[in-house]
Amino acid sequence: MLIRVTPRHAIPSSEVTDESVYRNRREFLRQAGLLGAAVAGVGLPRLARAMDGAGPQGQGPGKLGAVAMGEDLRKDLTDWGDVTSYNNFYEFGTAKDDPAPNARAFRVKPWTVKVDGLVKKPADYQLEEFMKPHRLEDRIYRHRCVEAWSMVIPWRGFPMADLVRRVEPLPSAKYVEFTTLMDPKQMPGQRFPVLDWPYTEGLRLDEAMHPLALFVTGVYGTDLPNQNGAPLRHVVPWKYGFKGCKSIVRIRFTDREPATAWNKAAAHEYGFYANVNPGVDHPRWSQKRERIIGGIRSKATLMFNGYGDQVASLYAGMDLAKFY
Amino acid sequence: MEAGAAAGAVPRGGPPAGEGKGAAPRSRHRSSAPRIRAPQWLKYPVIALSLLPAAWLAFALWSDLTRNTRLLGANPVKEMEHYLGEWNIRFLVLTLAVSPLIQATGWGWLIRYRRIFGLLAFLYIFLHLTVYFVLDVELDAALLVEDVTDRLYITLGMAGFLLLVPLAITSTKGWIRRMGNRRWNALHWLIFPAVVLGMVHYYMAVKRDIREPLVYALIFGVLFWARLRNRRGSRGQAA
Repeated sequence: MLIRVTPRHAIPSSEVTDESVYRNRREFLRQAGLLGAAVAGVGLPRLARAMDGAGPQGQGPGKLGAVAMGEDLRKDLTDWGDVTSYNNFYEFGTAKDDPAPNARAFRVKPWTVKVDGLVKKPADYQLEEFMKPHRLEDRIYRHRCVEAWSMVIPWRGFPMADLVRRVEPLPSAKYVEFTTLMDPKQMPGQRFPVLDWPYTEGLRLDEAMHPLALFVTGVYGTDLPNQNGAPLRHVVPWKYGFKGCKSIVRIRFTDREPATAWNKAAAHEYGFYANVNPGVDHPRWSQKRERIIGGIRSKATLMFNGYGDQVASLYAGMDLAKFY
Repeated sequence: MEAGAAAGAVPRGGPPAGEGKGAAPRSRHRSSAPRIRAPQWLKYPVIALSLLPAAWLAFALWSDLTRNTRLLGANPVKEMEHYLGEWNIRFLVLTLAVSPLIQATGWGWLIRYRRIFGLLAFLYIFLHLTVYFVLDVELDAALLVEDVTDRLYITLGMAGFLLLVPLAITSTKGWIRRMGNRRWNALHWLIFPAVVLGMVHYYMAVKRDIREPLVYALIFGVLFWARLRNRRGSRGQAA
């Protein structure tokens, strides 16, 4: 039941949960306890090790590890069907249900990721090499869209900090920029100037180094579906979803704040930081509450999407209404 | 018959009142469309058909809530709001298309559908607001006030809705008689600013991809233009 061999990455099969289990929510819920035990048994000590020395000052790796694992969110997981059919991925169309059908034929192999800019080891990596040294972890994160809806998603990936250390940014590097593939032939949305293609996003280097920031290659224990940003995306759970760049082909280290796609499109609505913040409304709608995907319920939005204990120190002394 | 009564509301230069009873009007229509007269009872299937979207939505919501289906997708509240808003626009298009269509074809009997479509448009915008208030705002009056005062697209949308309320109320024969054609026509001219407000609301609510609101704006533009053209064309000959 728990065994499935994923072709792309060498993951211990004991850690992988059968996709079909996840496709059925009720069955999933029935088995949640069992699965939880299986995943936690393998993942937690490993994650705790990974967190060792990586956590911000004053935080025990154990606590951060538990937050990162997100076991307490398991009961709130968004259905596989909703995670993979309700997507903002404008490269494949602007409607939520566009990306799933339009990305079906998208080729994610071979895939090259360029690492360049202010970095000691710039390189063009084949995705396999890019991934190779890193241990994949399963983490359940809250996902809050700037459009005031939210999901709870079991990502699979590795800490962004691990890659940053591996490529050794120069001391002058202060920011990281991510770029999505530009390929209008495969990405029909790019044929319309809805955004200034290709999509770019960025993080401050200390944000990128935070142990909660992830490079993601999978979801629900299986490879990332194309509509979710295959084969490589990043996830920063305390920020609005659009900060996560999908189908990444370039990671550039820089000393200047990178221009980001949504900020260029509407600077007064989408800031560079885009931290989840119920106190700062979008000009056109409230951010105080969020619609829970998969039903008609809503809930109060949490500061930093509930990760305030882990990330608030990154923004000490900043006016978050100004740096929205 | 509402057809005869409502005909008083035809724009200046439109077919003469009372055409609903007799033969097709010998008005200054531009086409040589064949004289077609639809039977009176046609309005019942038209109304029934027009209510199908609302019925489907009610069924889908019931099914999603009780049978764990996903007919309304991952975000049913947004889906319902968009769906109802769009049907409101479609019926506004039909409402505004009636008079130019009569002008073009001479089919005076069409006039009875203007009130039907107008009331259907109102029904859908009323349902749109009901879903917004009950499921989106969750009956939180303070949040509603904040939305209406702080968010321009909601302010404008709400204003558009409020303009439609007196039109729906005065859509009966009794009100037309009481008000007289001239005043009734003047009041019902409000549908034009209401449409403009609704379209701006739609345009502003869209995040980035404005193609759909633009298509509807284009359709309304054509309908407005047809009206102005008819009006100008008939002014010289009228009276």
